[in-house]
Amino acid sequence: MTVQGWLQIALYVAILTALTPVVGAYMFRVYSGERVLLTRVLGPLERIVYRLLGNDPEHRQDWKGYARTALVFSALSFIALYAILRSQPIHPFNPQDFASAPWDVSFNTAASFVSNTNWQYYGGETTMTYFSQMAGLALQNFISAAVGIAVLIAVIRGFVARSGGELGNFWADLTRTLLYILLPISVVGGLLLISQGTLQTLAPYVTFATLTGGEQTLALGPVGSQEAIKQLGTNGGGFFNVNAAMPFENPNGLTNFINMLLILAIPAGLTATFGRMAANRRLGWALYGAMTLMFVVGVGIVYAAETNGSPAQQLAGLAGSNLEGKEVRFGDAGSALWVVVTTVASCGAVNSAHDALTGIGGAVPMANMMTGEVIFGGVGSGLYGMLLFVLLAVFLAGLMVGRTPEFLGKKIEAREIKLVVMATLAVPLLALAATALALATKYGAPSIYNPGPQGFSETLYAYVSQANNNGSAFAGYSGFVQPDAGNAGSSGITFADVLGGLAMLGGRFVPMVLALAVAGSLAGKRVTPAGPGTMRTDTPTFVVLLIATILIVALLTFVPSLLLGPVVQGLSTQLF
Amino acid sequence: MTDSPSRSLENRSQRSLLDASIVRPALAASLRKLDPRVQLRNPVMFVVEVGAATTTAGWLMQAFGAQPLGGGDESATFTFVVALWLWLTVVFANLAEALAEGRGKAQAATLRAMRSETMATLQDGSQVAAAQLQRGDVVVVEAGAAIPGDGTVIAGIASVDESAITGESAPVIREAGGDRSAVTGGTRVLSDRIVVEITQEPGQSFIERMIALVEGAARRKTPNEVALGILLSGLTIVFLVVVVTLRPFAEFAGTGASIATLIALLVALIPTTIGALLSAIGIAGMDRLVRRNVLALSGRAVEASGDVDVLLLDKTGTITLGNREATEFIPMPGVQEGDLAAAAQMSSLADETPEGRSIVVLAKRYGIREHSFTGHQPQFVAFTAQTRMSGVDMDGTRLRKGAGDAILGWVDGEGGQAPPELSATLDRVAREGGTPLAVARDSHVLGVIYLKDVVKEGMSERFERLRAMGIRTVMVTGDNRLTAAKIAEEAGVDDFLAEATPEDKLALIREQQSQGRLVAMTGDGTNDAPALAQADVGVAMNTGTQAAREAGNMVDLDSNPTKLIEIVEVGKQLLITRGALTTFSIANDVAKYFAILPAIFAATYAASGSDTGPLDKLNVMGLGTPESAIISALVFNALLIPMLVPLALRGVRYRPVGATALLRRNLLIYGLGGLIAPFIAIKLVDLVVHNLIGF
Repeated sequence: MTVQGWLQIALYVAILTALTPVVGAYMFRVYSGERVLLTRVLGPLERIVYRLLGNDPEHRQDWKGYARTALVFSALSFIALYAILRSQPIHPFNPQDFASAPWDVSFNTAASFVSNTNWQYYGGETTMTYFSQMAGLALQNFISAAVGIAVLIAVIRGFVARSGGELGNFWADLTRTLLYILLPISVVGGLLLISQGTLQTLAPYVTFATLTGGEQTLALGPVGSQEAIKQLGTNGGGFFNVNAAMPFENPNGLTNFINMLLILAIPAGLTATFGRMAANRRLGWALYGAMTLMFVVGVGIVYAAETNGSPAQQLAGLAGSNLEGKEVRFGDAGSALWVVVTTVASCGAVNSAHDALTGIGGAVPMANMMTGEVIFGGVGSGLYGMLLFVLLAVFLAGLMVGRTPEFLGKKIEAREIKLVVMATLAVPLLALAATALALATKYGAPSIYNPGPQGFSETLYAYVSQANNNGSAFAGYSGFVQPDAGNAGSSGITFADVLGGLAMLGGRFVPMVLALAVAGSLAGKRVTPAGPGTMRTDTPTFVVLLIATILIVALLTFVPSLLLGPVVQGLSTQLF
Repeated sequence: MTDSPSRSLENRSQRSLLDASIVRPALAASLRKLDPRVQLRNPVMFVVEVGAATTTAGWLMQAFGAQPLGGGDESATFTFVVALWLWLTVVFANLAEALAEGRGKAQAATLRAMRSETMATLQDGSQVAAAQLQRGDVVVVEAGAAIPGDGTVIAGIASVDESAITGESAPVIREAGGDRSAVTGGTRVLSDRIVVEITQEPGQSFIERMIALVEGAARRKTPNEVALGILLSGLTIVFLVVVVTLRPFAEFAGTGASIATLIALLVALIPTTIGALLSAIGIAGMDRLVRRNVLALSGRAVEASGDVDVLLLDKTGTITLGNREATEFIPMPGVQEGDLAAAAQMSSLADETPEGRSIVVLAKRYGIREHSFTGHQPQFVAFTAQTRMSGVDMDGTRLRKGAGDAILGWVDGEGGQAPPELSATLDRVAREGGTPLAVARDSHVLGVIYLKDVVKEGMSERFERLRAMGIRTVMVTGDNRLTAAKIAEEAGVDDFLAEATPEDKLALIREQQSQGRLVAMTGDGTNDAPALAQADVGVAMNTGTQAAREAGNMVDLDSNPTKLIEIVEVGKQLLITRGALTTFSIANDVAKYFAILPAIFAATYAASGSDTGPLDKLNVMGLGTPESAIISALVFNALLIPMLVPLALRGVRYRPVGATALLRRNLLIYGLGGLIAPFIAIKLVDLVVHNLIGF
């Protein structure tokens, strides 16, 4: 570990903390319908969109209406994306003449991008046409992120509602998210990245002779235009197979830093938006504090573990850092920070090979995902997941202060607890069950390349990542057999593709609907004014309790699997 | 009415937890409760029982030479010991519930013994069994007879011995009309004769409901209990999946795990501690209320009392002693204070009202002893509503005391003239919140007696305590604003409602509720009934009317209006106990993981030539062997239940400090304590299991 490394981490946290209230306040204004700087330019556009949709933005939906619209919209997105992926031969912008990937891989990919996961069983440069990348995948990067944020805003409205059971208008929330938040920041961010050398071209791949006389193809593409939204929307699906470790995507230390800020900017800012909507900014900061505390500890562990190397490496006489799978451009600190940033947020973009992390270093990204992606988490989904944990913590703590538990003055009763328990436990169960099926059945075997704890970790990581909509991978676990670029002669491993696809859809939409149901249930509740007997949720004590609840309720579920994968490797002197 | 702390049921049930008369039947009941149909009501313990049965089957198969069920190489003895402790876990949970029920039953038995099985006499003289009485029947109860059912006195007046339900031995007066008309079945008429209209359905009497409640039979799960139950079931399902999926995970790592081991892990992880004690906590909470002589008609009301934000208290009888007390003699100019005191005393000697007696007491402080009337012919004049004066005629002098204007009229009639200072003094006393009485001798006004509403001792401390709990107190009184403000300030209540009519009271409750606050109140009169019904927690005084008792959701047998404070504490304690044990139970899982997982995976991925693999390093407690580690965790888990039974029955102590301080304290004790304590305890158990027993 170096001072410079720690400084980079400290600088990152400082800038993120400074950005949070700014981004949060801006989003608060957007969703309360106040005029912002861009209203003059985008306001007419917004109204045109409503007219095209036949939507009255003032019409407020109850939770069921909101959930139904979000689900139908996502289903249509899924169908459209699947159709695009399966029609590659007729695409424009297909200079390499790529065929379509098999149906099961396309199913997995469509599920992946609609659920804001961006798990990739394919390599972008060997499978996707430029058209698929731009009109299919990048479009979903915007849309799925906007759906997540819209749902969160609706959920918050239910939590803070003073009267009535309505949560808002889905189309209005979606449109405002796209127009006022995702588009402008992506444009600026994309231009910034392109100015630093991120590639942006529609030209065909370049083939040239290497010094040794061989022939090499250099994949190109419209990378810069989707790089910013990939991070900003916590999507993470790389244009290229090696994602942000590729110099065309992430050319230097500055772009590395900007990318990391783009990943957490919105999830962090939303805590401040929540604080403003709840008329208690301290509460927003409390949630930010809980997330940041867990985040910083995670970074510290990964950074320490990676600079230390594994016991097996040390026994083999390899002193110093574990640089396997890392870009020297980014080093230990830049890689460790990214590993944690991309896994606390459900982004999944990578700038190093997670597969090559030390045992303990690899346990942290897994644990981040296993919390249910609530440490910042995906845009929107992270905070509504966190709010469900807040309810759980409030319930336990509320009992301990001798009152029927209440949050924001609303009583947490059997109905809410039932929904919260279902929402917070559904995803861990999905991940565990899928991993068990993959490990124990003969259908799972073809996907697993390694034996022992490494093979176990790779499988576990695959399903934890998919069920939690992260999308980063431990490699070594496959759903796609592709002999050559362009998909000719390729086949999918149906079991892994379908199981993973279902895990992603379940992991996305089950908690989403349940969170909306909780909000709907809270929306109609009477607000009890706070008094000295009310348990406050904006205190350090509650932050500690919240962290403990997340760690114990979510992580206890995964202790045995963490032991059998990364912990074995962290403690063992053998190489697996 | 009594303000002293209740003793009745407390005395009746001052049995220790380990009283043989409770423990023995509880032991038998805990075995009877092994019936799976009973267990099914508690999903957590049902899972343990299924696990116990499965492990027992596995042991039987091993005993007949089969391999351990599901793989592994554990001995039959190990499987037997695991099965044994799984059964014990279920039995201990049953025992906890049975002990709680047993304590209630002991109370119920006392109650049942005095339930009247006698005949009731109807108005026409015919006899009918008390149990056959219908609502609306009218019965006659003579001196010496037991009242056959709950009802309202519609004619007559009688002294009634209610010690059976209140424990208070002094008889109370019950009479037709007014606020003392309710009678309770099972109590006994000592003198006179009353006609009672029965207001209960057969089998629904006060005492029968009380019996059902303390026995736990009528206990329905309260809302918070339901919510907690859902959380516990959810956790059980999760850990079920964790353990089921652990098997393929272990197999992938080349490690076999027997069903017995996996079930031991499952039972250690699911929240058995709180699952086992949950219903005992609920029963014990109800029991604690009954011990305080409060009868809650539902558990929901008890729980709601923990949430109360605003407490409405009647001034008279609750905050003040109810009777005004003489505190000062104010003589008119030219009158000796002693002279006034003597006259006041003489005029009050026949006055048996508490005010009259307080005047005599105050006069004593002026050195005036009771006069001897020997040789005199005192003629006492009693107070009437017309004259609004009382006094005495003796040896030609006539002493009168009474309301200011009444005395003015008297003096006028006698041909005298009141001093000009009189009206100023009367006004001043009224303004200060007191009641002035004027005293006259013949045509001369001697002075004024200052009667003061005396705030009960210790009230401001109690309100301070309530404030610390986060509860606002509002005093309700018919007095004018000035008087009310004065007393409110003296008593230390947060707010007051002056010149209040019953409608005002109801409106105040509705207003508070519309702002989202939970309101509690006490009341006794018929005109309190609508407000009692509207309040979230309405505590009716047992001395009150039947209408009030029906409208409230609790009845205080001691008729002590400040009992609400204790009720609130019991309600809070109930929630805190559940929350604390849940937190403790979940926090324990960390240590149990550290005991069992390294045991299962001790040899996993061992390097060639070594018996132990990398995960053996996680055996931080240094437990003897994998088998002793698993058994130790299981034994700890099982023994924890009986060890925590006293806490569950007694309840976690409640301190009226702010919510954040309370949370911090309970988090430290039950959260952090729950993390650390089991590491030590499991290690200690292992020392016995491994070193002494030899596993």
